[in-house]
Amino acid sequence: MNQRDLNQGRPSRIEGDIRATNDHKYSTYSGNKALMLEEPLIFEAGSLDKSGVDIDVITPDINRLGGLERNQTIGLPGLSESETVRHYTRLSRQNYAIDLGLFPLGSCTMKHNPRLNEKMARIAGFADIHPMQPISTVQGALELIDELAHWLKKLTGMPAVAMSPKAGAHGELCGILAIRAALEARGDAREVILVPESAHGTNPATAAFAGYRVEEIPATEGGRVDVAALEERLGPDVAGVMITNPNTCGLFEPDMRKISDLVHAAGGLVYCDGANFNAIVGRVRPGDLGIDAMHINLHKTFSTPHGGGGPGSGPVVLSEALAPYAPLPFVTKSKDYFTLIEEEQSTAVAGDTFGRMTAFHGQMGMFTRALSYIMSHGADGLKQVSEDAVLNANYILRSMDDVLDAPFGHSGPCMHEALFSDKGLADGFSTIDISKGLIDEGYHPMTMYFPLVVHGAMLVEPTETESKDAVDAFIGSFRNVVQKAIDGDNNLLQAPHFAPRARLDETSAARRPILVWNEPETAQAAE
Amino acid sequence: MRYLPLSDQDRGQMLAKIGVQSIDDLFIDVPEKARLSGTIHDLPNRASEMAVERHFKALAAKNIVAGEVPFFIGAGAYRHHVPASVDHIIQRGEFLTAYTPYQPEIAQGTLQMLFEFQTQVARMLGTDVANASMYDGSTACWEAISMARRITKKKKAILSSRVHPHYVSVAKTMARFTGDMVETSLPTLDRVADIERELLESIDDDTSCVVVQYPDILGNINDLTKIAHKAQQHKALLIAVVTEPVAMGAIKSPGEMGADIVVGEGQSIGVGLQFGGPYVGLFGCKAKYVRQMPGRLCGETVDADGKRGFVLTLSTREQHIRRDKATSNICTNSGLCALAFSVHMTLLGEKGLRDLAMVNHTKAVKAADRLTSIEGVEMVTGNFFNEFTLKLPTDARAIVQLLADQHILGGVSLGRLYPDSDGLDNGLVVAVTETVLDEDIETFANALEAIMSGDLS
Repeated sequence: MNQRDLNQGRPSRIEGDIRATNDHKYSTYSGNKALMLEEPLIFEAGSLDKSGVDIDVITPDINRLGGLERNQTIGLPGLSESETVRHYTRLSRQNYAIDLGLFPLGSCTMKHNPRLNEKMARIAGFADIHPMQPISTVQGALELIDELAHWLKKLTGMPAVAMSPKAGAHGELCGILAIRAALEARGDAREVILVPESAHGTNPATAAFAGYRVEEIPATEGGRVDVAALEERLGPDVAGVMITNPNTCGLFEPDMRKISDLVHAAGGLVYCDGANFNAIVGRVRPGDLGIDAMHINLHKTFSTPHGGGGPGSGPVVLSEALAPYAPLPFVTKSKDYFTLIEEEQSTAVAGDTFGRMTAFHGQMGMFTRALSYIMSHGADGLKQVSEDAVLNANYILRSMDDVLDAPFGHSGPCMHEALFSDKGLADGFSTIDISKGLIDEGYHPMTMYFPLVVHGAMLVEPTETESKDAVDAFIGSFRNVVQKAIDGDNNLLQAPHFAPRARLDETSAARRPILVWNEPETAQAAE
Repeated sequence: MRYLPLSDQDRGQMLAKIGVQSIDDLFIDVPEKARLSGTIHDLPNRASEMAVERHFKALAAKNIVAGEVPFFIGAGAYRHHVPASVDHIIQRGEFLTAYTPYQPEIAQGTLQMLFEFQTQVARMLGTDVANASMYDGSTACWEAISMARRITKKKKAILSSRVHPHYVSVAKTMARFTGDMVETSLPTLDRVADIERELLESIDDDTSCVVVQYPDILGNINDLTKIAHKAQQHKALLIAVVTEPVAMGAIKSPGEMGADIVVGEGQSIGVGLQFGGPYVGLFGCKAKYVRQMPGRLCGETVDADGKRGFVLTLSTREQHIRRDKATSNICTNSGLCALAFSVHMTLLGEKGLRDLAMVNHTKAVKAADRLTSIEGVEMVTGNFFNEFTLKLPTDARAIVQLLADQHILGGVSLGRLYPDSDGLDNGLVVAVTETVLDEDIETFANALEAIMSGDLS
C-alpha cells in the first residue's frame, strides 16, 4: 500500500522532512501560529484588584471574626468576564476531545457524550437542591436515584446496588470493604486478595488501601486468568479475587463462572472490575457468572463526561451475600415515599452496613446524566451499544493484524478493544512513537504500555459511537504511522510535529517539581 | 438509535471483513448459559429526547428548588451565586469531553488549567503546594489522615469534636479496615466549651495527626496556632479541614497558622449544590511532604523546542505505577469541577473573593442578630464567618420540617447530623450566603417565631 492510499480521504501534505515545517523561518511577533494561540497564565495576565463579578460591598458594623481577619495578600489575580472567557476558550483549543474526533483510549470508553444528559442534569430541581434538605423536599431526587438503581440491578442481574461511590476506584474500595465486612461478620478474617497480573493498577492499590495483602495470579498465553494457578493458590487465607471481565486484554473470561464457583468453594468472595462493562451491557448479565460485587463506571459505559479527568461515578452492584454490608446512605421506599437511610437509623434499619464512604449521597449530577443516557437507549439500544462497540473493535483488529502484532488475535475475536504489541517495529522505535505519530494524524493515541502482560502494549477502543467512515479513516492513519515505525522513519521519533507542544520533558518535571506558579525571581529582584 | 452511527449495511460489510457470519460469532467466549436471547426483560426500549425530558421534569417537580425559597442550609455544602460564564466554559467540548491529560502535547488546556487551579488552591489555603483535586472534602480528609500515618509512622488520629460528622464517619469506616485509631467525641451546645484545651491535652507522642475543621461544623472560627505548635512538639501533623472556602477571603488561612496539611470541599466556589455531588476535594500541604501526597499533580516543564508546558508529574506515587505500594488507590480527580472552581476564582480575583466573603459575613451577622432576638433562641457559636448554630427550646428536627412545610429551608438540625447523641437535638445550624435576601431573613425569623409560639397559621 503506498503513501497516497494510506492517506485516503485525508489531505495530503508535502513529502520530506516534516520537522522542517515546524522550523519554518517565518515567525510571528506574538508567537502564535494563526489558530494555534499561546496563552499566558492567569498569574501573568490578571491583577489583584480586577474582577469579573460585580458585588455590592457591604460590611457589618462590628465583625464577628474574632481578630482572625486575613490581612496579608492572598495572591489571587482576577480577570474581567471577557478576558476570562477568552483565557479558557484559548486554553480549551489546546485540548483533544471526543467532540473533535475518535478517541481510541483503551479501557477508558471515550464515547460520545449526548447533550441531552447535560440539559437534564441542569434542571433546577436536580442541580439546585441541597443534600441536607428535609427528605420531604427531595422526593423526586430520591426517586431518580432509585430508578437508576433499578436499571443497574436489572442490567447486571444483581439484587442490590450501592450508589454512593464517587468513582471507579472508590467503587472498588466499596466492594472490597463489603467483602471484608462480610468475612469479618462470619468470624473469618482473611488476609489476601488475588489479582491477575493484567489488572488495572487500581485493583492492587484498592486491596492494599483496604488493608489486604495482594498476590498476583499469572495470565495464560491466551491472555486469560490462569485458572489452574488460581485454584492452586486458593485457601483459607484468601478473602477473594478481583477479576476484570471483559479483561484488560480486551478478552472475555470464558471461565468466569468456574472461577466464581472455585472461589466460593474455598470460602472467598468474587469482585469483578466492571470497567469494561460496555462490551457486554444488554447482552450478558455479570450476575449470571456468580460474582459478588462489581463497580460500574457511569463515566464509561453510561457516558457521563470524562471532563478532563473526572468527576466519575462508581455505583457497585452487590450479591445477596454482600448486600447487608452496603455503605450508608441508601434509599428505601415504602408506600411511594422515599427515605434516605443515614446514620440515624443505622442500627435499627441499616443492619450490618460497613459505614459511610463519603459525605452526602453520591454523584447525583452523574446519576441524572446516566439515567438520561440509559432511558434514551433503552434495553434494545443498550444491546446495540455493546454489539457495535465489539464490532468496531474487531473490525480494527482485523484491519491491522497484517501490519501489527496482535498477541491474542489468533485465538478468536476480541471484545470492545483490540490489543497490539510493539513486536516488529524497527530498532529504536516503540509504542510511544506510534502514539505521538497518531497525534500528528489528528487523533488521541490509544492506551499505551497497558496491560503490562504485553510488550509495548497498544490498547485500542473505538466505542460504538464511531461511524464506519470514522473508523476507516482512523485505520488509514494508524497503518500509516505503524508503517513509518516499521520502516524506521526517523521523523517519527520527533513526533508530534503539529501539536501545540513537542514532546515534554517529564523527567525534569519529576526531578525538580514545579507545582505552583511563583513570581519570576528577576521580577522580585527588580522590586 | 440517535447516538449509534453504524447502519445495517455498514455492519454487514464489517462482519465480512472480520470474517464472521453474525454479531453472535463475536461473543463466542461468553458461555452459552450466560448468553441472553433478545433484550433484558422488564426494561423499556429506547426513548426520544422529548420523552426523556418529560420524565425528568416530572421528577424534578417533586423537589423544592433551593433558589426558589428562603434558603439557609449549609453544613458542608453552600449555595453561592455562580456566574453564567462558568457553566459556559465547563460545557466547551474540549474540556467536557477530554480525558485525563496523559498525552500532554494535546492536553495543554487541561494541564495549564490544573496548574492554575493548584496555585489558586495553595494560596487560598496557605499551603506551599496543592494537588489537582480529590473526589470531595470528606475523602480528601481521610486521605490526609492516611498521609499523616505514612509520614509520622504513627496510627492515632485525633479528630476534633467539631469536624463534620460525615467526615468523621468516613474516617471511622476506613480506619476500621486499615488499623488506624480514630479518637473523637461529640460536640456540645455549651457555648463556652473549651475544645482547644481538650484537643491540646489529648495530643501525645503516639498521635499521628490532629484534625480540626475551620470554620467548624457549628460555625466557629478559632485560632489554630497553639494546636499546630503542640502537634509539632509531639511530631504529629495538624490537618485543617475547610468546608467553606469562601471564608478564605475573610479569615486567616490554616496554612498561615501552621497547619501541615489543609484539605477542603471546593463546591462552594463554582460548583452547584447538585444534591451532594459531584464536588471537588481540595488538598494542599507543606512542600516537604509532596512525595507522600495522594492524587494527581500537574507540574511545569519544557518541551523539546524549549517552550513552557505542563505535564502530570510525580506519578511514581500513583496506582498505575506503584500498584499495591501506591500512596492512594485514587485514579480520577474531579477535573471538570476543578475547572469550574478555577474559572469562578479567576472571575472573582482577590478583590472579588474578599468582597464576596464580607457580604456573606455581613448577612450572617444580620441573620444571627435577627434570629437571636426571638425569645428562647440562643446563640451557640462564638466567632463565625457565614454559619452559626442556634439552640432552640424544642427539637430542631421538627421545627425544620414545619418550616419546610411552609417552603422555608431553615438550616440543618443537629439531630439529623448527630442522631444517636443526647443534648444536641435542639441545635440548628444556619448558613447565610450572598444569595439570601433581607426579606428571606425576615420570612424565616417570622415563621420560626410563629412555630415557637405554637401559632402555625
